[in-house]
Amino acid sequence: MPSPRYWREVPNRYRLEGAKCADCGKVTFPARHVCPDCRSANMEAMALSRSGKVVTSTVVRTPPDDLLMESPYAVAVVETPEGARLMVQVADCDPEEVLPGMEVSLEFRLIRKEGHGGIRCYGHKAVPVV
Amino acid sequence: MRDVAIVGAGMTRFGELWESSLRDLFVEAAVEALTSAGADHLDDLYVGNMSGGQFVGQEHLAPLMADHLGMAGIPATRVESACASGGAALRLGYMSVASGMSDVAMVAGVEKMTDGADVTNVLATAADQENEVYHGITFPGLYAMIARAHMAKYGTTDEDLAWVSVKSHHHGSMNAKAQFHREVTVEEVMSSTMVADPLTLLECSPVSDGAAAVILVPLDQAKKYTDRPVRIRGVGQATSAMALADRRDPAALDAVAKAAERAYKATGLAPKDIDVAEVHDCFAIAEIACIEAVGFACEGEGKDAARSGMTALGGKIPVNTSGGLKSKGHPVGASGVAQAIEIFEQLRGEAGERQVEGAHTGLTQNMGGSGASSLVHIFERV
Ligand SMILES: [Zn+2]
Repeated sequence: MPSPRYWREVPNRYRLEGAKCADCGKVTFPARHVCPDCRSANMEAMALSRSGKVVTSTVVRTPPDDLLMESPYAVAVVETPEGARLMVQVADCDPEEVLPGMEVSLEFRLIRKEGHGGIRCYGHKAVPVV
Repeated sequence: MRDVAIVGAGMTRFGELWESSLRDLFVEAAVEALTSAGADHLDDLYVGNMSGGQFVGQEHLAPLMADHLGMAGIPATRVESACASGGAALRLGYMSVASGMSDVAMVAGVEKMTDGADVTNVLATAADQENEVYHGITFPGLYAMIARAHMAKYGTTDEDLAWVSVKSHHHGSMNAKAQFHREVTVEEVMSSTMVADPLTLLECSPVSDGAAAVILVPLDQAKKYTDRPVRIRGVGQATSAMALADRRDPAALDAVAKAAERAYKATGLAPKDIDVAEVHDCFAIAEIACIEAVGFACEGEGKDAARSGMTALGGKIPVNTSGGLKSKGHPVGASGVAQAIEIFEQLRGEAGERQVEGAHTGLTQNMGGSGASSLVHIFERV
């Protein structure tokens, strides 16, 4: 991924920043220019809590080539207390134990290494709350 | 708007067709469609294709295909809506003829998936790159998450999923053009390799090459081409949030429901009026969620349809008599057109062993990505 593209993703990948609609209260992740619920353009940056609950999940056993060494791994849709939903990997546990309802916290992690140079790309992964 | 009919169809076998290139596939289906209709020219051509660019490094398919059909010069447009590309092309062909812009239009779909591309990565481009694919999700993974949400909400089981594949393979065993002709058992489906929990290999549609093409003309000119035209009664198209996380309910396919609602409204018909249907069963859970969304089963009750025989040949509403994407094969850009061909043959009484007796009205439902785009077409015997 060319560096300007990577740089543009810093707010959501590094800061877990979404946006809240000043008109209807909808929270999106990542930030959007237009509210998907009411089409207001009054979207204000908002960092999400680093916690949430699994809405649905799977275990990926046939991964893309870049993640061959990681497989099998759990991926889940997680809902934060603000009502934002995001898709993340769930790490530090048996992937088969990641099921709807599980409480997780969101931690800053290495997500993948891209390209021949192996550029390190970061973001958030969920881990179970113990 | 003029009434529109399909008067001819052509389709390659679906499967790993190593002897055929992307253009070979298109030309084979297109020539067969022209021949079957007895059409000697085209006023318009729409080519549904998801990703010639990534599968074989070829974009700009519209002029390429017109050229190789010996028709360089005609207007031609390539249409992309991921796995719904074929259905989206059909809608545009329908509009072209209905509007009076053209009197003979071809709608084709084509995909060449087995030429060595990293298929998992190419298909994943139909999901949200930044918010889904970056985190390692694959297409089977997205549908697996839909399945798990459906299980959590409605009590759908692994066995319910397996029954869908058993039924698809049973139908596909009677289709000479299908990629798989082998029947499978519930035990075989459930014990096949896990791809993305809870979906097993035999609950996932295969990687396929193939092409399909139909000829559309105004209904009042259809008898010039065939004794048995099939009228396109109406179409509905819709979208929903792209990313699964942004959907109202990850167990529901809202774009499919909206597309169906629009198609029923356009035709004045209801789910009970449909005699035979092809729905987008890219994964076993997709057939369950789709038959709920188009109204063949109530919300949460689609899980019982395959096991009870309701959606099998001889059942109340036979679904995917062709074998569906699961057994017939899923060359992604071609699937929406191939669905229309199955209904065309059913309504003409040409489906052989798979024939639904007395079929008068049929429906196709095609969708893209994890369900963010969908088309529903309704057809009628004339
Ligand atoms: Zn709003």
